[in-house]
Amino acid sequence: MSARSKDGRAAAPSRVASDGATPAGQAARLGDWPLWEIFVRSKQGLEHKHCGSLHASDARHALHMAREVYTRRQEGVSLWVVPSHLICASAPQDKAGLFDPAADKIYRHPTFYDIPPEVGHM
Amino acid sequence: MQPARAAARTSDDAPQQARFDERIRAEGKIEPQDWMPQAYRSTLLRQISQHAHSEIIGMLPEGNWISRAPSLKRKAILLAKVQDEGGHGLYLYSAAETLGQERAQMLEELHSGRAKYSSIFNYPTLSWADVGVIGWLVDGAAIMNQIPLCRCSYGPYARAMVRVCKEESFHQRQGYESLRVMMQGTPAQRAMVQDAVDRFWWKCLAMFGPPDDASPHSAQAAQWGIKRVSNDTLRQRFIDATVPQAELLGVRLPDPALQWNADTGHYDYGPIDWDEFWRTLRGDGPCNAERLGARKHAHAQGQWVRDAALQHARKQQARQYREAA
Repeated sequence: MSARSKDGRAAAPSRVASDGATPAGQAARLGDWPLWEIFVRSKQGLEHKHCGSLHASDARHALHMAREVYTRRQEGVSLWVVPSHLICASAPQDKAGLFDPAADKIYRHPTFYDIPPEVGHM
Repeated sequence: MQPARAAARTSDDAPQQARFDERIRAEGKIEPQDWMPQAYRSTLLRQISQHAHSEIIGMLPEGNWISRAPSLKRKAILLAKVQDEGGHGLYLYSAAETLGQERAQMLEELHSGRAKYSSIFNYPTLSWADVGVIGWLVDGAAIMNQIPLCRCSYGPYARAMVRVCKEESFHQRQGYESLRVMMQGTPAQRAMVQDAVDRFWWKCLAMFGPPDDASPHSAQAAQWGIKRVSNDTLRQRFIDATVPQAELLGVRLPDPALQWNADTGHYDYGPIDWDEFWRTLRGDGPCNAERLGARKHAHAQGQWVRDAALQHARKQQARQYREAA
């Protein structure tokens, strides 16, 4: 069940759900506000960064809640709120397939190339 | 569970268990989607949710003084502090939810009395000085406990604790400063501070939990990188840090056995009343019923607000769909 996948992680095949700890669909009960992931831009010019999650009835409400929960000390200048179940993330078991191919391509790094010191900074 | 099934499951999990063990050994972090032993998951879930409950229940003893703070400045500070405690509860519930339990379920366990919270909040706040002492000693003890948790092996918990620790420092400092002001006041004010210290000191020492030789789960939690420092070590650190602060403040810590030990390089201290601690934890403390009652009342009173907010959100959404159609 995808709504459980949070903390910036996958929506799809989640261990959390398959462990049976969370009955699917429970979040739809009246009175249980859905879960939102919160991203804060700490200052103008920097990216929004994930900082946690919270429950809120809708996006506007989530923004208000995020302001109270995550920016009480001027931690940010801008907020993003995203329904947790809409976040799609790679699964831990796909880590090798996704990221290992980059390991043997060291020629993609500038330090791979020998340049004579006389050339100076390049 | 049938033995055959149990064996099958064990062999299925073996490679994952090995990877998990290796990551823990290498001081790596476990993230929500990673495989983890069921016992690791349930230990964390219990610890993080109890920690969250403590933050939420912890709002009550101090909240008691918001309307009676002695000045607008102290009221604003106390409001900010109590709001922080609520915020800490929310960070922690959010971390606990990544382990696969619904927030509603955690609240249900708190309200039914099945889940515990820190026993320190089952004592009354009888005077304004209690607010200062809670900041200085209770939050001071909490910080001692929480700093090692910033390095906990479970990523979401560690990250929440980093945020919490940053904010707790304000809590401790505002408490100490408020007590310093009172200690420069009238004899009655100084007596009020001393009385609060007398009532809270031993309870704060008990906050670190039972002695190491009576703390059965500590070894496993240490092995998993959840508990980094033992109860007795943290308690000693707290005492060593607090004694000079008490001297500077001009209050006496109510322990005749409290004495510097040059051999160990630490302060010796007297025996803690663990019977009283266990009684309170089991529910027989002076304010257990009141705290849980207040929490349940607030939750029930807020139900219509939660329902209305959700209905409003659904209505708004339906309207948007109609307008778009």
